[in-house]
Amino acid sequence: MSHTLRHWIKTFGLIELFKGLAVTGKYLFKPKITVRYPEEKTPISPRFRGHHALRRYENGEERCIACKLCEAVCPANAITIESEEREDGTRRTTRYDIDMFKCIYCGFCEEACPVDAIVESRVFEYVFWERGENIMTKEKLLEFGDKHEQIIAADKAADAKYR
Amino acid sequence: MFETLQHWLSTWMWDWLAVLITILIQAVVIILPLMLVVAYLTYAERKVIAYMQVRMGPNRVGPYGLLQPIADAVKLLFKEVVLPSQSNIYLFLIAPVLAIAPAIAVWAAIPFAEGWVVADIDAGVLYVLAISSITVYGVVVSGWASNSKYAFLGALRSSAQKISYEIAMGFALVTVLMVADTMNLTQIVEGQKGGIWHWYLIPLLPMFVVYFISGVAETNRAPFDIAEGESEIVAGFHVEYSGMAFAVFFLAEYAMMILISYMTAIMFLGGWWSPFEGIPVLETLFAWVPGFWWLALKVAFLLFTFLWFRATFPRYRYDQLMRLGWKVFIPLTIVWVFVVMLLHYYKVGPWFN
Repeated sequence: MSHTLRHWIKTFGLIELFKGLAVTGKYLFKPKITVRYPEEKTPISPRFRGHHALRRYENGEERCIACKLCEAVCPANAITIESEEREDGTRRTTRYDIDMFKCIYCGFCEEACPVDAIVESRVFEYVFWERGENIMTKEKLLEFGDKHEQIIAADKAADAKYR
Repeated sequence: MFETLQHWLSTWMWDWLAVLITILIQAVVIILPLMLVVAYLTYAERKVIAYMQVRMGPNRVGPYGLLQPIADAVKLLFKEVVLPSQSNIYLFLIAPVLAIAPAIAVWAAIPFAEGWVVADIDAGVLYVLAISSITVYGVVVSGWASNSKYAFLGALRSSAQKISYEIAMGFALVTVLMVADTMNLTQIVEGQKGGIWHWYLIPLLPMFVVYFISGVAETNRAPFDIAEGESEIVAGFHVEYSGMAFAVFFLAEYAMMILISYMTAIMFLGGWWSPFEGIPVLETLFAWVPGFWWLALKVAFLLFTFLWFRATFPRYRYDQLMRLGWKVFIPLTIVWVFVVMLLHYYKVGPWFN
Protein backbone atom coordinates (compact mmCIF):
# COMPACT_ATOMS: atom_id res chain seq x y z
CA MET A 1 0.00 0.00 0.00
CA SER A 2 2.62 2.50 1.09
CA HIS A 3 4.74 1.46 -1.88
CA THR A 4 1.93 2.20 -4.31
CA LEU A 5 1.25 5.50 -2.59
CA ARG A 6 4.90 6.49 -2.80
CA HIS A 7 4.94 5.51 -6.45
CA TRP A 8 1.89 7.67 -7.16
CA ILE A 9 3.33 10.66 -5.34
CA LYS A 10 6.57 10.20 -7.27
CA THR A 11 4.86 10.02 -10.65
CA PHE A 12 2.28 12.74 -10.17
CA GLY A 13 4.73 14.99 -8.37
CA LEU A 14 6.96 14.74 -11.45
CA ILE A 15 9.89 14.23 -9.06
CA GLU A 16 12.21 12.61 -11.58
CA LEU A 17 11.43 15.25 -14.18
CA PHE A 18 12.30 18.05 -11.79
CA LYS A 19 15.54 16.27 -10.89
CA GLY A 20 16.46 16.20 -14.55
CA LEU A 21 15.53 19.83 -15.00
CA ALA A 22 17.66 20.72 -11.99
CA VAL A 23 20.69 19.06 -13.58
CA THR A 24 20.36 20.91 -16.88
CA GLY A 25 19.45 24.09 -15.03
CA LYS A 26 22.66 23.81 -13.05
CA TYR A 27 24.74 23.25 -16.17
CA LEU A 28 23.23 26.38 -17.72
CA PHE A 29 25.42 28.44 -15.42
CA LYS A 30 28.57 26.34 -15.54
CA PRO A 31 31.62 27.80 -17.30
CA LYS A 32 31.68 26.72 -20.92
CA ILE A 33 34.44 24.47 -22.17
CA THR A 34 34.30 25.59 -25.80
CA VAL A 35 37.63 26.73 -27.26
CA ARG A 36 37.03 29.53 -29.77
CA TYR A 37 39.64 28.06 -32.07
CA PRO A 38 41.24 30.72 -34.21
CA GLU A 39 41.38 33.13 -31.27
CA GLU A 40 42.00 30.58 -28.54
CA LYS A 41 44.14 27.46 -28.77
CA THR A 42 44.61 24.48 -26.56
CA PRO A 43 48.12 23.75 -25.29
CA ILE A 44 50.06 21.24 -27.39
CA SER A 45 52.36 18.54 -26.11
CA PRO A 46 56.00 18.51 -27.33
CA ARG A 47 55.20 15.00 -28.53
CA PHE A 48 52.52 16.28 -30.89
CA ARG A 49 52.76 14.61 -34.29
CA GLY A 50 51.94 17.16 -36.96
CA HIS A 51 53.65 18.35 -40.11
CA HIS A 52 56.86 16.47 -41.03
CA ALA A 53 60.27 18.06 -41.25
CA LEU A 54 63.77 16.98 -42.28
CA ARG A 55 66.42 18.33 -39.96
CA ARG A 56 70.03 19.38 -40.45
CA TYR A 57 73.12 19.30 -38.22
CA GLU A 58 74.33 22.59 -36.85
CA ASN A 59 76.93 22.84 -39.61
CA GLY A 60 74.18 22.78 -42.20
CA GLU A 61 74.70 19.19 -43.32
CA GLU A 62 71.45 17.30 -43.80
CA ARG A 63 71.00 14.50 -41.30
CA CYS A 64 69.28 11.96 -43.48
CA ILE A 65 71.60 9.15 -44.62
CA ALA A 66 69.03 7.34 -46.78
CA CYS A 67 68.93 4.22 -44.60
CA LYS A 68 65.31 3.81 -45.68
CA LEU A 69 64.24 2.56 -42.23
CA CYS A 70 61.40 5.07 -42.23
CA GLU A 71 60.26 3.92 -45.63
CA ALA A 72 60.33 0.33 -44.40
CA VAL A 73 58.47 1.02 -41.16
CA CYS A 74 55.83 3.31 -42.64
CA PRO A 75 52.51 1.43 -42.25
CA ALA A 76 50.80 3.55 -44.88
CA ASN A 77 53.61 3.39 -47.46
CA ALA A 78 53.58 7.15 -47.52
CA ILE A 79 57.37 7.58 -47.83
CA THR A 80 59.31 7.10 -51.05
CA ILE A 81 63.11 7.35 -50.98
CA GLU A 82 65.72 7.17 -53.73
CA SER A 83 69.41 7.57 -52.96
CA GLU A 84 72.87 7.65 -54.52
CA GLU A 85 76.49 8.25 -53.54
CA ARG A 86 77.60 11.83 -53.30
CA GLU A 87 80.99 13.12 -54.56
CA ASP A 88 82.45 12.93 -51.02
CA GLY A 89 81.53 9.24 -50.86
CA THR A 90 78.61 9.53 -48.45
CA ARG A 91 75.17 8.19 -49.24
CA ARG A 92 72.38 10.75 -49.47
CA THR A 93 68.83 10.81 -50.73
CA THR A 94 68.03 12.20 -54.14
CA ARG A 95 64.34 11.92 -53.51
CA TYR A 96 62.48 11.95 -50.21
CA ASP A 97 58.71 12.21 -50.74
CA ILE A 98 56.01 11.96 -48.12
CA ASP A 99 52.45 11.72 -49.39
CA MET A 100 50.58 13.71 -46.72
CA PHE A 101 47.28 12.14 -47.77
CA LYS A 102 48.59 8.63 -47.16
CA CYS A 103 50.36 9.54 -43.93
CA ILE A 104 48.51 8.55 -40.78
CA TYR A 105 50.77 10.58 -38.46
CA CYS A 106 51.76 7.53 -36.40
CA GLY A 107 55.28 8.82 -35.80
CA PHE A 108 56.95 5.49 -36.63
CA CYS A 109 59.31 7.19 -39.10
CA GLU A 110 60.51 9.46 -36.34
CA GLU A 111 60.99 6.46 -34.03
CA ALA A 112 62.83 4.48 -36.67
CA CYS A 113 65.22 7.22 -37.70
CA PRO A 114 68.74 6.54 -36.30
CA VAL A 115 69.93 10.12 -36.90
CA ASP A 116 66.83 12.07 -35.89
CA ALA A 117 66.46 13.38 -39.43
CA ILE A 118 62.75 12.94 -40.07
CA VAL A 119 60.62 14.41 -37.28
CA GLU A 120 57.03 15.39 -36.82
CA SER A 121 56.59 18.93 -35.56
CA ARG A 122 53.83 20.55 -33.56
CA VAL A 123 52.62 22.44 -36.64
CA PHE A 124 49.16 21.22 -37.57
CA GLU A 125 47.64 24.26 -39.27
CA TYR A 126 48.50 23.66 -42.90
CA VAL A 127 46.38 23.24 -45.94
CA PHE A 128 46.72 22.12 -49.56
CA TRP A 129 45.08 24.29 -52.17
CA GLU A 130 45.93 22.24 -55.25
CA ARG A 131 46.40 18.64 -56.21
CA GLY A 132 50.01 17.59 -55.89
CA GLU A 133 50.75 19.88 -52.98
CA ASN A 134 50.16 16.93 -50.70
CA ILE A 135 53.45 15.38 -51.86
CA MET A 136 56.10 16.78 -49.53
CA THR A 137 59.37 16.68 -51.44
CA LYS A 138 62.83 16.65 -49.89
CA GLU A 139 63.27 20.38 -50.60
CA LYS A 140 60.00 21.30 -48.96
CA LEU A 141 60.69 19.13 -45.94
CA LEU A 142 64.20 20.55 -45.47
CA GLU A 143 62.90 24.09 -45.87
CA PHE A 144 60.19 23.39 -43.32
CA GLY A 145 62.80 21.95 -40.96
CA ASP A 146 65.00 25.02 -41.33
CA LYS A 147 62.07 27.32 -40.70
CA HIS A 148 60.91 25.58 -37.52
CA GLU A 149 64.28 24.27 -36.27
CA GLN A 150 64.07 26.16 -32.98
CA ILE A 151 60.68 24.77 -31.97
CA ILE A 152 61.57 21.27 -33.18
CA ALA A 153 64.88 21.26 -31.28
CA ALA A 154 63.17 22.49 -28.11
CA ASP A 155 60.42 19.87 -28.41
CA LYS A 156 62.92 17.05 -28.99
CA ALA A 157 65.02 18.22 -26.04
CA ALA A 158 61.96 18.31 -23.80
CA ASP A 159 61.07 14.75 -24.73
CA ALA A 160 64.65 13.37 -24.82
CA LYS A 161 64.82 12.20 -21.22
CA TYR A 162 61.80 9.95 -21.67
CA ARG A 163 63.18 8.11 -24.70
CA MET B 1 -7.04 52.51 -31.70
CA PHE B 2 -7.84 50.67 -34.92
CA GLU B 3 -11.44 51.93 -34.86
CA THR B 4 -10.29 55.55 -34.88
CA LEU B 5 -7.92 54.74 -37.72
CA GLN B 6 -10.74 53.16 -39.67
CA HIS B 7 -13.03 56.13 -38.99
CA TRP B 8 -10.39 58.56 -40.12
CA LEU B 9 -9.69 56.54 -43.27
CA SER B 10 -13.38 56.23 -44.17
CA THR B 11 -13.80 60.01 -44.11
CA TRP B 12 -11.86 60.31 -47.36
CA MET B 13 -12.11 56.90 -49.07
CA TRP B 14 -14.58 54.10 -49.68
CA ASP B 15 -15.65 52.25 -46.56
CA TRP B 16 -14.59 48.83 -47.82
CA LEU B 17 -11.13 50.15 -48.63
CA ALA B 18 -10.82 51.65 -45.18
CA VAL B 19 -11.76 48.31 -43.64
CA LEU B 20 -9.29 46.47 -45.88
CA ILE B 21 -6.45 48.83 -45.04
CA THR B 22 -7.20 48.62 -41.34
CA ILE B 23 -7.18 44.82 -41.47
CA LEU B 24 -3.91 44.81 -43.40
CA ILE B 25 -2.32 47.13 -40.85
CA GLN B 26 -3.57 44.94 -38.02
CA ALA B 27 -2.09 41.87 -39.70
CA VAL B 28 1.27 43.52 -40.22
CA VAL B 29 1.34 44.84 -36.66
CA ILE B 30 0.98 41.29 -35.39
CA ILE B 31 2.93 39.28 -37.96
CA LEU B 32 6.10 41.38 -38.11
CA PRO B 33 6.92 41.27 -34.38
CA LEU B 34 5.82 37.64 -34.31
CA MET B 35 8.29 36.69 -37.05
CA LEU B 36 11.00 38.64 -35.27
CA VAL B 37 10.30 36.82 -32.02
CA VAL B 38 10.28 33.50 -33.88
CA ALA B 39 13.67 34.31 -35.42
CA TYR B 40 15.19 35.14 -32.06
CA LEU B 41 13.47 32.19 -30.43
CA THR B 42 15.51 29.92 -32.70
CA TYR B 43 18.61 31.80 -31.59
CA ALA B 44 17.58 31.50 -27.94
CA GLU B 45 16.92 27.81 -28.42
CA ARG B 46 20.36 27.16 -29.83
CA LYS B 47 22.00 29.28 -27.15
CA VAL B 48 20.09 27.78 -24.21
CA ILE B 49 20.60 24.20 -25.32
CA ALA B 50 24.26 24.90 -25.99
CA TYR B 51 24.71 26.43 -22.55
CA MET B 52 23.03 23.45 -20.92
CA GLN B 53 25.46 21.22 -22.80
CA VAL B 54 28.43 23.35 -21.63
CA ARG B 55 28.92 24.67 -25.14
CA MET B 56 28.69 28.23 -26.41
CA GLY B 57 26.27 27.95 -29.29
CA PRO B 58 26.24 30.34 -32.24
CA ASN B 59 28.78 33.10 -31.61
CA ARG B 60 30.28 33.85 -35.02
CA VAL B 61 27.70 35.97 -36.85
CA GLY B 62 27.62 39.38 -35.25
CA PRO B 63 28.26 40.09 -31.56
CA TYR B 64 27.41 36.98 -29.52
CA GLY B 65 26.02 35.47 -32.73
CA LEU B 66 23.03 37.80 -32.58
CA LEU B 67 22.76 38.01 -36.37
CA GLN B 68 22.62 34.22 -36.72
CA PRO B 69 18.83 34.04 -37.30
CA ILE B 70 19.11 36.63 -40.05
CA ALA B 71 21.90 34.66 -41.70
CA ASP B 72 19.76 31.52 -41.43
CA ALA B 73 16.77 33.26 -42.96
CA VAL B 74 18.83 34.59 -45.86
CA LYS B 75 20.31 31.15 -46.46
CA LEU B 76 16.89 29.49 -46.52
CA LEU B 77 15.47 32.20 -48.79
CA PHE B 78 18.11 31.61 -51.43
CA LYS B 79 17.99 27.83 -51.31
CA GLU B 80 16.18 25.92 -54.00
CA VAL B 81 12.81 24.44 -53.10
CA VAL B 82 13.26 20.88 -54.33
CA LEU B 83 10.05 19.36 -55.67
CA PRO B 84 10.11 15.55 -55.50
CA SER B 85 9.18 14.24 -58.94
CA GLN B 86 6.78 11.60 -57.61
CA SER B 87 5.01 13.94 -55.23
CA ASN B 88 1.70 15.70 -55.58
CA ILE B 89 3.07 19.15 -56.32
CA TYR B 90 -0.15 20.98 -55.58
CA LEU B 91 -0.59 19.44 -52.14
CA PHE B 92 3.14 19.58 -51.56
CA LEU B 93 3.17 23.34 -51.93
CA ILE B 94 -0.12 23.99 -50.17
CA ALA B 95 0.95 22.08 -47.03
CA PRO B 96 3.32 24.74 -45.64
CA VAL B 97 0.59 27.31 -46.17
CA LEU B 98 -1.83 25.11 -44.27
CA ALA B 99 0.71 24.95 -41.46
CA ILE B 100 1.53 28.64 -41.20
CA ALA B 101 -1.84 30.25 -41.94
CA PRO B 102 -3.64 28.99 -38.80
CA ALA B 103 -0.51 29.55 -36.71
CA ILE B 104 -0.75 33.23 -37.64
CA ALA B 105 -4.54 33.50 -37.74
CA VAL B 106 -4.88 32.49 -34.08
CA TRP B 107 -3.18 35.66 -32.98
CA ALA B 108 -6.24 37.71 -33.89
CA ALA B 109 -7.95 36.70 -30.64
CA ILE B 110 -4.94 36.83 -28.32
CA PRO B 111 -4.82 39.86 -26.01
CA PHE B 112 -1.31 41.21 -25.49
CA ALA B 113 -2.27 43.62 -22.76
CA GLU B 114 -5.39 45.27 -21.46
CA GLY B 115 -7.34 46.14 -24.61
CA TRP B 116 -4.49 45.23 -26.94
CA VAL B 117 -6.38 42.71 -29.00
CA VAL B 118 -7.34 42.70 -32.65
CA ALA B 119 -10.63 40.86 -32.25
CA ASP B 120 -12.06 40.81 -28.74
CA ILE B 121 -14.45 37.94 -29.48
CA ASP B 122 -16.58 36.32 -26.80
CA ALA B 123 -15.76 32.77 -27.88
CA GLY B 124 -12.02 33.51 -27.97
CA VAL B 125 -11.02 30.22 -26.41
CA LEU B 126 -13.08 28.27 -28.92
CA TYR B 127 -11.60 30.28 -31.77
CA VAL B 128 -8.06 29.62 -30.62
CA LEU B 129 -8.71 25.90 -30.11
CA ALA B 130 -10.44 25.54 -33.46
CA ILE B 131 -7.88 27.41 -35.51
CA SER B 132 -4.83 25.93 -33.81
CA SER B 133 -6.09 22.39 -34.41
CA ILE B 134 -6.11 23.09 -38.14
CA THR B 135 -2.30 23.13 -38.09
CA VAL B 136 -2.41 19.34 -38.04
CA TYR B 137 -3.58 19.47 -41.66
CA GLY B 138 -0.33 21.06 -42.72
CA VAL B 139 1.55 18.14 -41.22
CA VAL B 140 -0.77 15.45 -42.60
CA VAL B 141 -0.96 16.95 -46.09
CA SER B 142 2.80 17.45 -46.28
CA GLY B 143 3.42 13.85 -45.21
CA TRP B 144 0.95 12.56 -47.76
CA ALA B 145 2.06 14.78 -50.64
CA SER B 146 5.78 14.04 -50.22
CA ASN B 147 5.23 10.43 -51.33
CA SER B 148 8.00 9.34 -48.97
CA LYS B 149 7.87 6.64 -46.31
CA TYR B 150 9.47 8.74 -43.63
CA ALA B 151 7.30 11.75 -44.29
CA PHE B 152 4.22 9.58 -44.27
CA LEU B 153 5.16 7.88 -41.00
CA GLY B 154 5.90 11.27 -39.47
CA ALA B 155 2.55 12.62 -40.58
CA LEU B 156 0.70 9.60 -39.18
CA ARG B 157 2.46 9.85 -35.85
CA SER B 158 1.96 13.55 -35.67
CA SER B 159 -1.74 13.46 -36.46
CA ALA B 160 -2.36 10.72 -33.91
CA GLN B 161 -0.40 12.63 -31.30
CA LYS B 162 -2.01 16.00 -31.93
CA ILE B 163 -5.52 14.62 -31.87
CA SER B 164 -4.88 12.67 -28.65
CA TYR B 165 -3.41 15.59 -26.80
CA GLU B 166 -5.98 18.06 -28.03
CA ILE B 167 -8.60 16.23 -25.96
CA ALA B 168 -6.63 16.61 -22.74
CA MET B 169 -5.90 20.20 -23.66
CA GLY B 170 -9.56 20.92 -24.29
CA PHE B 171 -10.60 19.42 -20.96
CA ALA B 172 -7.92 21.42 -19.17
CA LEU B 173 -9.34 24.56 -20.74
CA VAL B 174 -12.85 23.52 -19.75
CA THR B 175 -11.81 23.77 -16.09
CA VAL B 176 -10.48 27.27 -16.73
CA LEU B 177 -13.75 28.25 -18.37
CA MET B 178 -15.66 26.85 -15.39
CA VAL B 179 -13.61 28.94 -13.00
CA ALA B 180 -13.67 32.05 -15.16
CA ASP B 181 -17.33 31.80 -16.24
CA THR B 182 -16.42 33.23 -19.65
CA MET B 183 -14.78 32.26 -22.93
CA ASN B 184 -13.52 35.74 -23.67
CA LEU B 185 -9.74 35.74 -23.21
CA THR B 186 -9.68 39.33 -21.97
CA GLN B 187 -12.32 38.58 -19.37
CA ILE B 188 -10.49 35.42 -18.30
CA VAL B 189 -7.48 37.59 -17.49
CA GLU B 190 -9.72 40.17 -15.80
CA GLY B 191 -10.99 37.37 -13.56
CA GLN B 192 -7.47 36.80 -12.25
CA LYS B 193 -7.04 40.37 -11.04
CA GLY B 194 -6.02 41.04 -7.48
CA GLY B 195 -2.77 39.33 -6.61
CA ILE B 196 -0.87 36.16 -7.36
CA TRP B 197 -3.26 34.03 -5.28
CA HIS B 198 -6.09 34.88 -7.66
CA TRP B 199 -4.32 33.33 -10.62
CA TYR B 200 -5.96 30.16 -11.91
CA LEU B 201 -2.60 28.46 -11.51
CA ILE B 202 -3.39 27.72 -7.87
CA PRO B 203 -6.81 26.05 -7.95
CA LEU B 204 -5.98 24.41 -11.27
CA LEU B 205 -2.33 23.45 -10.76
CA PRO B 206 -2.70 19.93 -12.22
CA MET B 207 -4.53 21.39 -15.19
CA PHE B 208 -1.75 23.90 -15.69
CA VAL B 209 0.75 21.05 -15.84
CA VAL B 210 -1.47 18.99 -18.14
CA TYR B 211 -2.15 21.96 -20.39
CA PHE B 212 1.47 22.92 -20.73
CA ILE B 213 2.70 19.37 -21.33
CA SER B 214 -0.07 18.83 -23.88
CA GLY B 215 1.01 22.10 -25.45
CA VAL B 216 4.54 20.76 -25.79
CA ALA B 217 3.06 17.68 -27.46
CA GLU B 218 0.78 19.80 -29.66
CA THR B 219 3.70 21.71 -31.09
CA ASN B 220 5.70 18.52 -31.74
CA ARG B 221 8.46 19.69 -29.45
CA ALA B 222 10.90 17.48 -27.56
CA PRO B 223 10.31 15.23 -25.65
CA PHE B 224 7.22 14.61 -27.80
CA ASP B 225 8.87 15.18 -31.16
CA ILE B 226 8.25 11.69 -32.52
CA ALA B 227 6.82 13.30 -35.65
CA GLU B 228 10.31 14.32 -36.65
CA GLY B 229 12.41 11.95 -34.54
CA GLU B 230 15.65 12.31 -36.45
CA SER B 231 17.07 9.05 -35.13
CA GLU B 232 14.13 7.04 -36.51
CA ILE B 233 12.44 8.77 -39.43
CA VAL B 234 15.03 11.38 -40.42
CA ALA B 235 12.92 14.51 -40.11
CA GLY B 236 9.40 13.15 -40.25
CA PHE B 237 6.83 15.04 -42.25
CA HIS B 238 9.21 17.65 -43.63
CA VAL B 239 12.04 15.42 -44.94
CA GLU B 240 11.32 16.34 -48.54
CA TYR B 241 11.10 20.06 -47.93
CA SER B 242 13.95 22.47 -48.48
CA GLY B 243 14.54 26.19 -48.66
CA MET B 244 11.67 28.50 -47.90
CA ALA B 245 9.05 25.72 -47.87
CA PHE B 246 10.92 24.14 -44.99
CA ALA B 247 11.39 27.50 -43.31
CA VAL B 248 7.63 28.04 -43.36
CA PHE B 249 7.09 24.81 -41.40
CA PHE B 250 9.75 25.98 -39.01
CA LEU B 251 8.05 29.36 -38.56
CA ALA B 252 4.72 27.65 -37.97
CA GLU B 253 6.17 25.39 -35.29
CA TYR B 254 7.77 28.25 -33.42
CA ALA B 255 4.74 30.52 -33.81
CA MET B 256 2.67 27.73 -32.26
CA MET B 257 5.16 27.47 -29.40
CA ILE B 258 4.74 31.15 -28.69
CA LEU B 259 0.97 30.80 -28.95
CA ILE B 260 0.90 27.94 -26.44
CA SER B 261 3.01 30.02 -24.08
CA TYR B 262 0.68 32.99 -24.46
CA MET B 263 -2.37 30.82 -23.87
CA THR B 264 -0.81 29.27 -20.78
CA ALA B 265 0.14 32.68 -19.43
CA ILE B 266 -3.33 34.08 -20.10
CA MET B 267 -5.23 31.08 -18.76
CA PHE B 268 -3.18 30.21 -15.70
CA LEU B 269 -0.54 32.81 -14.95
CA GLY B 270 -2.71 35.89 -14.68
CA GLY B 271 -2.06 37.35 -18.12
CA TRP B 272 -0.86 40.92 -17.87
CA TRP B 273 -1.34 41.28 -14.11
CA SER B 274 1.77 41.93 -12.10
CA PRO B 275 2.74 39.09 -9.75
CA PHE B 276 3.35 41.68 -7.02
CA GLU B 277 -0.23 42.88 -6.95
CA GLY B 278 -1.54 43.19 -3.41
CA ILE B 279 1.90 42.86 -1.82
CA PRO B 280 2.41 46.14 0.09
CA VAL B 281 5.86 47.46 -0.89
CA LEU B 282 6.55 45.57 -4.11
CA GLU B 283 3.28 46.62 -5.69
CA THR B 284 4.13 50.31 -5.65
CA LEU B 285 7.73 49.57 -6.56
CA PHE B 286 6.72 47.80 -9.77
CA ALA B 287 3.59 49.85 -10.54
CA TRP B 288 5.32 51.57 -13.47
CA VAL B 289 5.80 48.33 -15.45
CA PRO B 290 3.11 48.11 -18.16
CA GLY B 291 1.00 44.97 -18.32
CA PHE B 292 2.35 44.07 -21.75
CA TRP B 293 5.79 43.43 -20.27
CA TRP B 294 4.48 41.28 -17.43
CA LEU B 295 2.73 39.08 -19.98
CA ALA B 296 5.82 39.06 -22.21
CA LEU B 297 7.94 38.07 -19.23
CA LYS B 298 5.67 35.17 -18.35
CA VAL B 299 5.64 34.06 -21.98
CA ALA B 300 9.41 34.31 -22.16
CA PHE B 301 9.73 32.10 -19.10
CA LEU B 302 7.35 29.51 -20.55
CA LEU B 303 9.26 29.56 -23.84
CA PHE B 304 12.45 29.04 -21.88
CA THR B 305 10.92 25.97 -20.27
CA PHE B 306 10.15 24.66 -23.78
CA LEU B 307 13.86 24.86 -24.54
CA TRP B 308 14.74 23.56 -21.09
CA PHE B 309 12.60 20.48 -21.68
CA ARG B 310 14.29 19.89 -25.00
CA ALA B 311 17.72 20.03 -23.39
CA THR B 312 16.68 17.71 -20.58
CA PHE B 313 14.32 14.92 -21.60
CA PRO B 314 14.85 12.03 -23.99
CA ARG B 315 12.19 11.44 -26.61
CA TYR B 316 9.08 9.44 -25.71
CA ARG B 317 8.45 6.17 -27.47
CA TYR B 318 5.25 6.17 -29.54
CA ASP B 319 3.34 3.82 -27.22
CA GLN B 320 4.49 5.70 -24.11
CA LEU B 321 3.27 8.90 -25.67
CA MET B 322 -0.15 7.43 -26.39
CA ARG B 323 -0.29 5.95 -22.90
CA LEU B 324 0.45 9.33 -21.33
CA GLY B 325 -2.14 11.05 -23.44
CA TRP B 326 -5.02 8.62 -23.16
CA LYS B 327 -4.46 6.83 -19.87
CA VAL B 328 -3.06 9.63 -17.73
CA PHE B 329 -3.98 13.07 -19.00
CA ILE B 330 -7.54 12.44 -20.16
CA PRO B 331 -8.69 10.65 -16.96
CA LEU B 332 -6.86 13.23 -14.86
CA THR B 333 -8.51 16.13 -16.60
CA ILE B 334 -11.96 14.54 -16.43
CA VAL B 335 -11.54 13.99 -12.69
CA TRP B 336 -10.44 17.58 -12.24
CA VAL B 337 -13.45 18.84 -14.18
CA PHE B 338 -15.58 17.17 -11.51
CA VAL B 339 -13.42 18.53 -8.70
CA VAL B 340 -13.81 22.04 -10.08
CA MET B 341 -17.53 21.41 -10.43
CA LEU B 342 -17.80 20.55 -6.72
CA LEU B 343 -15.61 23.48 -5.71
CA HIS B 344 -17.80 25.73 -7.80
CA TYR B 345 -21.01 24.34 -6.35
CA TYR B 346 -19.89 24.73 -2.74
CA LYS B 347 -18.19 28.10 -3.48
CA VAL B 348 -14.79 27.21 -2.04
CA GLY B 349 -11.88 29.59 -1.61
CA PRO B 350 -11.27 32.99 -3.17
CA TRP B 351 -11.80 31.72 -6.70
CA PHE B 352 -15.36 30.43 -6.58
CA ASN B 353 -17.46 33.06 -4.90
